[in-house]
Amino acid sequence: MARIHSLRVVGTAAVVAALAGCSAIGSDEPSASASSDTVTLVTHDSFALSEGILADFEEQTGLTVEVVQPGDGGTLVNQLVLTKDAPLGDVVFGIDNTFASRAVDEGVVAPTTTEAEGVFEGALVPIDYGDVCINVDHTWFAAHGLAEPVTLEDLTEPEYKDLLVVPNAVTSSPGLSFLLATVGAFGEDGWQDYWSALKANGLKVADGWSDAYYTDFSGGGADGPRPIVLSYASSPPYTVPEGGTAPTTGALLDTCFRQTEYAGVLTGAANPTGAQQLLDFLRTDEVQNDIPVSMYMYPSSPTATLPAEWAAFAPLATDPFEVDPADITENREAWLTEWSDTVIG
Amino acid sequence: MTVTLDRPDAAPSAGASGRSRVVAFWVVAVAVPLVFLGLFFAWPVVEMIAKGFVVDGHLDLGGFADVFSRPRTWRIIGLTLAQASLGTLLSVALGVPGAYVLYRHTFRGRTLLRAFVTVPFVLPTVVVGVAFRSLLVSGGPLGFLQLDGTFAAIVAALVFFNYAVVVRAVGGLWERLDPRAEQAARALGASPWRAFRTVTLPALTPAIASAASLTFLYCATAFGTVLVLGGLQFGTIETEIWVQTTQFLDLRAAAVLSVVQLVVVAGALAVAARARSTRERALALTLPDASVRPLRLRRPAGMPAGDGHALTLVATTVTAVVVLLLALPLVNLVVRSLRTDAGWGLDHYTALGTTGGALTVTVWQATLNSLRVALDATVIALVVGGLVALVVSRRPRRAIGRRAVVGLDALFMLPLGVSAVTVGFGFLLSMHHPFGLPVDLRTSPVLVPIAQAVVAVPLVVRTVLPVLRAIDPRLREAAATLGAAPGRVLRTVDLSIATRSLGLAVGFAFAASLGEFGATSFLARPDRPTLPVVIFRLIGRPGPESYGMALAASVVLALLTAGIVALCERLRAPGAGGEW
Repeated sequence: MARIHSLRVVGTAAVVAALAGCSAIGSDEPSASASSDTVTLVTHDSFALSEGILADFEEQTGLTVEVVQPGDGGTLVNQLVLTKDAPLGDVVFGIDNTFASRAVDEGVVAPTTTEAEGVFEGALVPIDYGDVCINVDHTWFAAHGLAEPVTLEDLTEPEYKDLLVVPNAVTSSPGLSFLLATVGAFGEDGWQDYWSALKANGLKVADGWSDAYYTDFSGGGADGPRPIVLSYASSPPYTVPEGGTAPTTGALLDTCFRQTEYAGVLTGAANPTGAQQLLDFLRTDEVQNDIPVSMYMYPSSPTATLPAEWAAFAPLATDPFEVDPADITENREAWLTEWSDTVIG
Repeated sequence: MTVTLDRPDAAPSAGASGRSRVVAFWVVAVAVPLVFLGLFFAWPVVEMIAKGFVVDGHLDLGGFADVFSRPRTWRIIGLTLAQASLGTLLSVALGVPGAYVLYRHTFRGRTLLRAFVTVPFVLPTVVVGVAFRSLLVSGGPLGFLQLDGTFAAIVAALVFFNYAVVVRAVGGLWERLDPRAEQAARALGASPWRAFRTVTLPALTPAIASAASLTFLYCATAFGTVLVLGGLQFGTIETEIWVQTTQFLDLRAAAVLSVVQLVVVAGALAVAARARSTRERALALTLPDASVRPLRLRRPAGMPAGDGHALTLVATTVTAVVVLLLALPLVNLVVRSLRTDAGWGLDHYTALGTTGGALTVTVWQATLNSLRVALDATVIALVVGGLVALVVSRRPRRAIGRRAVVGLDALFMLPLGVSAVTVGFGFLLSMHHPFGLPVDLRTSPVLVPIAQAVVAVPLVVRTVLPVLRAIDPRLREAAATLGAAPGRVLRTVDLSIATRSLGLAVGFAFAASLGEFGATSFLARPDRPTLPVVIFRLIGRPGPESYGMALAASVVLALLTAGIVALCERLRAPGAGGEW
């Protein structure tokens, strides 16, 4: 019997060995990083381009593009700061205006030759932007016969009690953007009172954007209980019902904070020339026209074209709230701590 | 003695060369796991923590005073301990009856049910968060409980994740426990409850302590669950390390918190080790077939009252309720994955063959990546974990040796208790040209299965070890007396018994690797993202299509896990009339 048993063990081992043929380690092709015909793009989780676009770049330049996505926007910048002596790649995309100043101060990005409007400190090139705004569920407000709120102040009114949900400012980047909107609106010493008022009016804080939009929000497809949510100005086009002509939700354009995403060449890049080429490629119409489709942001280049439904249903704020990037870097931790103490308790 | 051995062939007496071969074997058995853990865990963690304490080449411990003077720190430590203790207590209280029903009885659909309870263990926390919250949110099916955003919701979710840990670890030993000791106690007049308390429970204590320490570590380092269900007001040490590291880049505070986390974890491990060592002894083990009885809800005819039928009924009821509660969020997940714009349909599942316009690969390709990575991770974890379990199962004669063994045991549990953020960022600092080698491991796909193996090793050790430790030393002595060389004793006694629990360990390790998200999310390269990483990316994107795909992909992950776990259960069954 022991013999039969060992046969079984041998058999199992053989199966395992056969399966190992499809092992991930075994099939590893040699990594070509740090060579002159490869360019490595370091970016955040949300980076995406339609199929074939990066392949076009590879065809045009003869370079191979590798993409590394270490985490969300904050994780991305902080990893780059930590590894600046031995960078993770050649070019970065996805540093936004809330982290731009830290990236430049820490010397993570090198000066660029790209010429475009809005280049930050001569190193970070704007690629796309979007507005983070309060969204409302038109259907809910119509059904309840209640007028929709318009301004930030409206949200503290008693008729909107227990109706608002926002993502956490500490753990979510749109959450932070909304905190900055209130800093821009009420000043560095006034935003705390505003949040206290929101809290007193039944504010709900969800962990992340998807949690707020899909679980708590009534217009996100899951019939959540709250009809007011923090989302993007570009969210409404996605709520046009099948066969319908207009979205069931809308963005309040007087409540927005503008988020700009930059790209730059990393200091100490192994392939700075390739990095600069890829950076310029991100500004071409091919990429810029694809950005709304694949990343839900507005292209920064003035020559890019927007999808038709965006032009109709996703207008931008004319006068979004602003906070100086240097102020953000200087105060981020203090503001977030204070926000936590005020709102989370 | 229910274990019978084939008479070993007359082996040549172990001479000097044989003895040195044995010594060499043990040296390798200790060295390989130590080098593995040192390279891929200790080094990155130490490097990351050192970054917080060494400023301009000088050691600066001022962070401690600074961090401990914040009242928030103390609240966070308290919350971590409270959540982890409550989560562990409940998991054990519910898991032990579960192990009894699922591993001590036969009934139709048992394999399916065993696989089913493992599913929550691997689901990505973002998905469970959604499934849980949409149940609890006001207006949801369980909204009337008003649990949304409460401490109770977090504890419930922790139990949801860890129930399987207890059931499997305890069940694995229980089904092999010779029932005759308990029967003897009963024959001598003990009530069923008394017999359970005085005979069975002490025998199970090592496995329960093992499972409890695993659960505690999982609960103490829970991250996504805590954030999604409770938010930062119930922040734990783990979430605070994440915030300090990834959002504030306050490495000093993160390092202090990492040390605090280590202390908490070490404390928990010490308690568990104590509980184990006072109880651990050789047990009479048997084949599962011999100890398992059919599950009967109605008292069989002719069975007298006071026969323990009530205990079985209570355990069955508890388990049925728990399974129902486990099923609620899962059913909710399936239902939501079938919901489309136009009503109901399989649209989101069809979309899994596409990139959803957002991913670098289709969801099916990511599934394949996950399987391949999990396979590698499982093999590594089995080798390393198997060796550790083998070494730790020895009882050296000298006290120093015994202490070394206990230390080794605890050491390999640590990866579960240390923040994935610390490990992930530590990899970045240490794996660029390690030892001056011209490879950048930080962005290499090789690092992913290794990182997953590090967290799967403890599971293998905890599953195999109780079985190895329960082997009666007389069995080995008997084999040796019959002339078996030490190597042959190891093969015929230890290995042949340990392989019985291997199916369980393989299933566990594979499941853990499939669901691993923490360290992987910092490492996975987009050309080969794993399933949980893809789910995470999909769920974070605006648009109902991405969201639906994420839910459908989660259902796929759940089914895949259940399937593999069920397969592994079958693998270990010795077959009809099996005798070993």
